[in-house]
Amino acid sequence: MEPIRRIVSRTVVLPQRDVDTDQIIPARYLKTTQRTGLGKALFADWRYDRDGQPRPEFPLNQPEIAGARVLVAGANFGCGSSREHAPWALHDFGFRAVVSSSIADIFRSNALKNGLIPVVIDPVAHERLLSSPGAEVTIDLETRTLVAGGLTAPFPLDPFARHCLMNGVDELGFLLSQSGDIAAWEEAACER
Amino acid sequence: MRARTLFEKVWDAHVVRPETADAPAVLYVDLHLVHEVTSPQAFDVLHERGLRVRRPEKTVATMDHSTPTTPGGARFAIADAQGAAQLRRLEENCAEFGIELHALGTAGQGIVHVIGPEMGLTQPGRTIVCGDSHTSTHGAFGALAFGVGTSEVAYVLATQCVLQRRPRTLEIRVDGQLRPGVTAKDLILAVIARIGVGGGAGHVLEYTGSAVRALSMEQRMTVCNMSIEAGARAGMVAPDDTTFEYLAKTPRAPKAAGWERALAAWRALPSDAGAPYDAAVRIDGSALEPMITYGTNPGMALPVGARVPDPAALSDASARASLEKALRYMDLRPGQPLIGQKVDVVFIGSCTNSRIEDLRGAASVLRGRKVAKGVRALVVPGSRRVKQAAEAEGLDRVFTDAGAEWREPGCSMCIAMNGDQLEPGQYAVSTSNRNFEGRQGKGGRTFLASPLTAAAAAVAGSIADPRELAR
Repeated sequence: MEPIRRIVSRTVVLPQRDVDTDQIIPARYLKTTQRTGLGKALFADWRYDRDGQPRPEFPLNQPEIAGARVLVAGANFGCGSSREHAPWALHDFGFRAVVSSSIADIFRSNALKNGLIPVVIDPVAHERLLSSPGAEVTIDLETRTLVAGGLTAPFPLDPFARHCLMNGVDELGFLLSQSGDIAAWEEAACER
Repeated sequence: MRARTLFEKVWDAHVVRPETADAPAVLYVDLHLVHEVTSPQAFDVLHERGLRVRRPEKTVATMDHSTPTTPGGARFAIADAQGAAQLRRLEENCAEFGIELHALGTAGQGIVHVIGPEMGLTQPGRTIVCGDSHTSTHGAFGALAFGVGTSEVAYVLATQCVLQRRPRTLEIRVDGQLRPGVTAKDLILAVIARIGVGGGAGHVLEYTGSAVRALSMEQRMTVCNMSIEAGARAGMVAPDDTTFEYLAKTPRAPKAAGWERALAAWRALPSDAGAPYDAAVRIDGSALEPMITYGTNPGMALPVGARVPDPAALSDASARASLEKALRYMDLRPGQPLIGQKVDVVFIGSCTNSRIEDLRGAASVLRGRKVAKGVRALVVPGSRRVKQAAEAEGLDRVFTDAGAEWREPGCSMCIAMNGDQLEPGQYAVSTSNRNFEGRQGKGGRTFLASPLTAAAAAVAGSIADPRELAR
């Protein structure tokens, strides 16, 4: 994973709340055995019409969003299934952060493992970002703040996840380094 | 000692390394369940890093999402090459790493959350994970069971552990007694309607109260299964004699002296008197009615006799926009009664409602009746064992005599990955767990309900109150 310290980007806004992972990537795209190339399936049923043509009104299809790395979405983003294909698709499309007033637990956990920052900010700041698509934002992992124009919004980020993101390392290395403690636990459990 | 909840007892017993400000807890996983859709990329991680499976005997795999449910001869015809490749990869990975696999066509195959409990692998006090959000099902036994992503599937394969911050607890207390025609499915739909699809976020739910105590194990599984639809990490029910009686009949439960030891440990698991929860919700079970969803998330549910709500009555702008969008997708009018809404398909199955009691319930409505003309009704048992048990009781004949399809086990039309799916615009009453846009097939429209309500809809050809057909 490439280390991430700071994201500077314009936003794409998807104001709906409770966007579930079946919308982020419909189940028919889960038949892959790969982790890559899922960006084209991102929001497929909202993004394309029945003939597979892009719907011009859908935010991700607008030409000015090219290169945008920050998605601002309605509350409770990523609810539903545990499919890690959801953050894989968002990342493959080019997103590096999802900003909302709340983000579903499993999605948030999956996002952190894939270089996609879940940025949960207070509802007032969230409302301002929802109403200003294309705003330029800076997301700083060091200070755990999102800055946009006159707006500064702190966001929580687990220190461990932050360390992994900023150093481009994953949690598996840490877990593997615990194998002594794990073996000791297993031994004690056998005796219980 | 401090009074602890069921969740705290299970959590505390599995902490390998306590959580600190800097790092989450290292939590040991007793049972890891695997299926074909969320595992191939996890096994790739092992290959890429040259890792072994730390404890292969603690992982059990099955095939369910991509498997065909076509009755009879065509049963091994996989819908497409990609689905077939997933099944093949699971077979290869399990062989390479020494993992028990219940492959398509074998006696133990079925939906992962149906076979774990029926084998007796799901036991009180265990930690259970699976790359599947409905892992919450197993909490019905007093296990701590939650869904994880594919990265975590790899972590568990390699280390038998996950990294977790300790969730908070939310008690859902349901007292009173469910009335006839009201099922566990109605109970959980009412809970989600009450607390919302994000209402359980960050929490483990513990279901308590006399209405929960009175539920069978299969009904408790239905309740815990949909905890994730309220956004919860997990759902749990404290083990009791109902739990132990169920387990005593399962092949993998401890035997003889092991059983006595296990029983003593399990009896110590229920929450201590006065143990504090972080939050609590109370629901009067006696007031519940058969529920049905009308929108595009499981929280949009009402008693079946209700009318479609009017977005104009909502003051919150985002809730209003959400309801408007849902009703547009569902093509329903505010104020329209739900009863009488025409349906095209009825699906009875999924990890929520595909066990023998669910099938008995559906059969009680369909016995001696016919599926309405123009309605396609599918009954998909949760596992091969459920299928056999149903056939031994003659339930298959009840379904086929009524004109319903009696199919092979699998996830089927709950997730529509195997060719069982709605056509665009079709309406289904479904016993599954998600009514998201396109969930049962692109453009398909889902009403979630109990097996009784689904069977009543099959007979009526439209949404109906199952109590009208009770006998």
